[in-house]
Amino acid sequence: MFVFLLKRAAQAIGIVLVVAFLSFVMFQFVGDPIEGMISENATQQERDELRESLGLNDGVIVQYTRFVKNMAQGNFGISYYNKSDVLSLIIERLPATLELVFVAVVISLVVGILLGVWSAYSRNGLMKNTVQILSLVGVSLPSFVAGILLIVVFSVWLKWLPSHGRGEIVEFGYWSSGLLTLSGLKAVLLPAISLSLFMITMIMRLLKSEIQETMRADYIRFAKARGISERSIKYKHVLKNSILPVVTIIGLQVGGLIAFAVVTETIFQWPGMGLLFIQAVNYVDIPVISAYLVIVAIMFVVINTFVDLIYLLVDPRIKVS
Amino acid sequence: MDDKQVILSVKGLCLEFSHRKGAIKALRDISFDMCQGEILGVVGESGAGKSLTGSAIMGLLDDSAAITAGEIVYQGQRIDNLDDASRQALRGKEISAIFQDPLTSLNPVLTIEEQLTETILTHLPLSQSEALEKAIALLEEVGIAQAAERIKQYPHQFSGGMRQRIVIALALCVDPFIVIADEPTTALDVSVQSQVLQLLKRLCKQHGTTVMLVTHDMGVIAEVCDRVAVMYAGEVVEIGKVHDIVKHPQHPYTVGLMDSIPRIGVRKKRLSQISGSMPRLTELPCGCKFHPRCQFKQFGCDTTTPCLKQTTTTAVACLRDISIEEHI
Repeated sequence: MFVFLLKRAAQAIGIVLVVAFLSFVMFQFVGDPIEGMISENATQQERDELRESLGLNDGVIVQYTRFVKNMAQGNFGISYYNKSDVLSLIIERLPATLELVFVAVVISLVVGILLGVWSAYSRNGLMKNTVQILSLVGVSLPSFVAGILLIVVFSVWLKWLPSHGRGEIVEFGYWSSGLLTLSGLKAVLLPAISLSLFMITMIMRLLKSEIQETMRADYIRFAKARGISERSIKYKHVLKNSILPVVTIIGLQVGGLIAFAVVTETIFQWPGMGLLFIQAVNYVDIPVISAYLVIVAIMFVVINTFVDLIYLLVDPRIKVS
Repeated sequence: MDDKQVILSVKGLCLEFSHRKGAIKALRDISFDMCQGEILGVVGESGAGKSLTGSAIMGLLDDSAAITAGEIVYQGQRIDNLDDASRQALRGKEISAIFQDPLTSLNPVLTIEEQLTETILTHLPLSQSEALEKAIALLEEVGIAQAAERIKQYPHQFSGGMRQRIVIALALCVDPFIVIADEPTTALDVSVQSQVLQLLKRLCKQHGTTVMLVTHDMGVIAEVCDRVAVMYAGEVVEIGKVHDIVKHPQHPYTVGLMDSIPRIGVRKKRLSQISGSMPRLTELPCGCKFHPRCQFKQFGCDTTTPCLKQTTTTAVACLRDISIEEHI
């Protein structure tokens, strides 16, 4: 177990280093940072001094090493646009994104698993086909279209839910939560639903086909032959086997949700990392962009390691070796 | 067989699959009895309808299959027309089954303990700890060493032979009256096959369980069965005591089957084989279904379908009267 974790940690560090390199390369190719930092009528000598003091004359390897070293100490540099520390900018926005993704994951798990199980076992053909067709729509509808539709229906027509912002938030030190106030909960609903639509349909369709596959397995037939109750067969024997691939997909998707949140946050003006990222892209604020990339990469890696651990718990056949 | 009580009888069973080209008659007029405590072998080629007959008795047919005629009577009660709930109450408790592949018959994510105790508790009014005790005793009975520790393990931690022993323990755990064993040893090594067969035979004789042993292996039949039913293309063509079938087969198909078994001490240049192959169920010939391959074919075989007729030894579905053996 320990060796397994160690291996995963090593892999994780490797991945993060690669992403860090990619975001470092951006600095090299996307314009000259000196131009943005110094007044237009500065002399050549002033420019050279600034260049020297920023260490831009050193070799690429030296610069990259310094970049990684600073990053490891939490120093992602100063935002060109906000003129403030990048890390604190991101940390300030992090809770909003994580809460949004968390609510979206909970919604997609609950709805996706319920719908998947229901559509696998239901005998009501008409309802089943309707859900299947709707799920196709869910898979193929881009999240910005879904988001705008939700705003039109629930905010503009029905006026039930706010179309943007986070509502009232409660601060706890570094963390700010919108899940404890009514207006916060109302505000998170629409963006979370729009973010979770894809994952709901994904989980539902996967679980349904897995259940149907498992129902044909020999061990289910044998369980029936032993007179095991239909209820136990459906919800214990079949479900436990069918849920495994779903766990994998969820793991991959949670990372994807953080990435997709960029779009959703833009539509709903959700003050999270994604919105910060889009703004940074608009202003070519490279320190923010690269820090965002590295942090999202770290999250991806951590989540996937977690999923592997969950997999170990759920499937006895997988042995740590 | 007359002195024993009939526990299950299949009477004129016909079964069809719905198919876009029309119904496929997979079983036609199957009739046989199973007596208390006997081991009835059912032998035939792949697709002859052996397993299908077993599934029909278990009530585990696919949705596309339907019984169109005949009945299955268990201890005087007709069971083929029972509703799902009453059928399920019979399964496991009264009639149980063992399937071909031990590697896929056990649920991979549940421990042996979970699978055994759940089956026991489904049918018997025991406490959890009593059920566990019974489960461990059962595992010991089927020859699993250190049963108390190994019961906590998952199926993938056991070898194929061990898994089939566990499957047998699961099938017999609440002392069913009948076990349908569908090719229980086909997926096993030859050396393990015999052990598992003997185990099955011993347990069933001890508990007085009646067994329907589906196989395509005449050697297995000769080793453990009391009586044999030979099936061909969805029909029973010959049924009788194992000794009579092996020594004095009467139906040309049974004769062919027996001739295709190698025997120690008999010198032959080449093993004889039955020419041709079993017809597809969609293209069955008229009359006797075996006549295109039969070496004793006579006038009328291609028009009249023979019924099972009792001879001095076995019951045979063949138009010929005389024993074929003299012609070999």
